Amino acid sequence: MHEMSLAEGVRQIIEDAARRQGFGRVRTVVLEIGQLAAVEPDSLRFCFDLVMKGGPAEGAVLQIDRVPGRGWCAQCDAHVDIAELYDPCPRCGGYRVQVTGGTEMRVKELEIE
Amino acid sequence: MCNVCGCGAGETRIDGQDPPGGDPVGEERPGGWRETRGHDALHYGRGPAGAEAPGMSQTRMLSIEQRILARNDALADENRRWLAGRGILALNLVSSPGAGKTTLLVRTIEALQTRVPVSVVEGDQQTSFDAERIRATGAPAVQINTGKGCHLDALMVGQALSRLAPPADSVLLIENVGNLVCPAAFDLGERAKVVVLSVTEGDDKPLKYPDMFAAASLMLINKTDLLPYVDFNVDKAIDFALRVNPALAVISVSATTGAGFDAWLGWVDAQLDEARAAARRPVGLTLDGES
Ligand SMILES: Nc1nc2c(ncn2[C@@H]2O[C@H](COP(=O)(O)OP(=O)(O)OP(=O)(O)O)[C@@H](O)[C@H]2O)c(=O)[nH]1
Ligand SMILES: [Mg+2]
Ligand SMILES: [Zn+2]
Repeated sequence: MHEMSLAEGVRQIIEDAARRQGFGRVRTVVLEIGQLAAVEPDSLRFCFDLVMKGGPAEGAVLQIDRVPGRGWCAQCDAHVDIAELYDPCPRCGGYRVQVTGGTEMRVKELEIE
Repeated sequence: MCNVCGCGAGETRIDGQDPPGGDPVGEERPGGWRETRGHDALHYGRGPAGAEAPGMSQTRMLSIEQRILARNDALADENRRWLAGRGILALNLVSSPGAGKTTLLVRTIEALQTRVPVSVVEGDQQTSFDAERIRATGAPAVQINTGKGCHLDALMVGQALSRLAPPADSVLLIENVGNLVCPAAFDLGERAKVVVLSVTEGDDKPLKYPDMFAAASLMLINKTDLLPYVDFNVDKAIDFALRVNPALAVISVSATTGAGFDAWLGWVDAQLDEARAAARRPVGLTLDGES
């Protein structure tokens, strides 16, 4: 399951930051996950608790901020909101919508002690 | 076990034991998510931006702003630069298990290798069966076994590249682990992802597993020789796939009969021409607008 690799990526980023900034414990990890990103937040939470064990973010609260999906409709020549990759354009009902935003998977910030 | 795709999680982290689950607690957040609390985690019932409990130490927010996959993406960029500098066309073939990737590769290699060298990276959780099938064609192949891992990553492919040492102006075919979900998120440094959908899987797959179809540049509809026997509507599958990704190219093939291979090989040739042309462009311009 790739959510395990993602959680390991998060741990790596936290450990690098801990080394650079010299903080001890992480209370909260804030992730930014796009609504259209290839990740299952529930599954990521499950992996997060496992992967953080023994590291600075063991037991930390995981906050997941969702970033709305955005696309560009070729027919309308306009940017539109979409909730799923396969959603039609809310303006014209067509499917010529290229995803332009909402696929990000980022570590936004940490609440540290 | 993964509740998403059924593949196992990293062995080292789970240690052969059933991992503890998290109980949903707290308020529902925007998007419908709740905080989860592991059985042995102590959160003192406070939200991330919530008030400090009396007597607890001060905390502060540290801005990070880093992509979770930054490490993989950096390694993928290294692979891409290495390949681009040599005019090597790298394709990442993805599909659910058994869609026909290896059969397709074998036939593709047989057609291509008389005019261009082809090498192969094979990804499977276990066994080197597929690499052996590839080597039987005479093409060099490296088998990567991911164990419980459900996808190839850029580090694995980088290591395979240094073993394979593919020659300039050649074709590198990467067969990813059979899995229609996880490999979508991992850039390997390829020029394009090719998603193989076989007609025995059902025409609704592009909507059920949209991530892979969104990430791919080409969809090959495989096992078309079986169309008379299965309830698979090709037009519907294409329509669904284009809803997810309007820029997706589509070619119908049969890896066993060779039907549609002219179109598929033509697509590969066009990609190879572009990869070779890009390698002759001045440094600094090679990578732009390629992926
Ligand atoms: N009828 C028919 N069978 C096919 C075709 N392509 C592959 N097969 C059969 O499908 C089965 C699986 O093919 P593979 O090539 O091993 O599939 P794969 O995607 O490499 O499988 P994994 O690597 O295990 O994910 C084999 O029995 C193939 O002979 C096709 O075009 N038509
Ligand atoms: Mg195979
Ligand atoms: Zn529109």
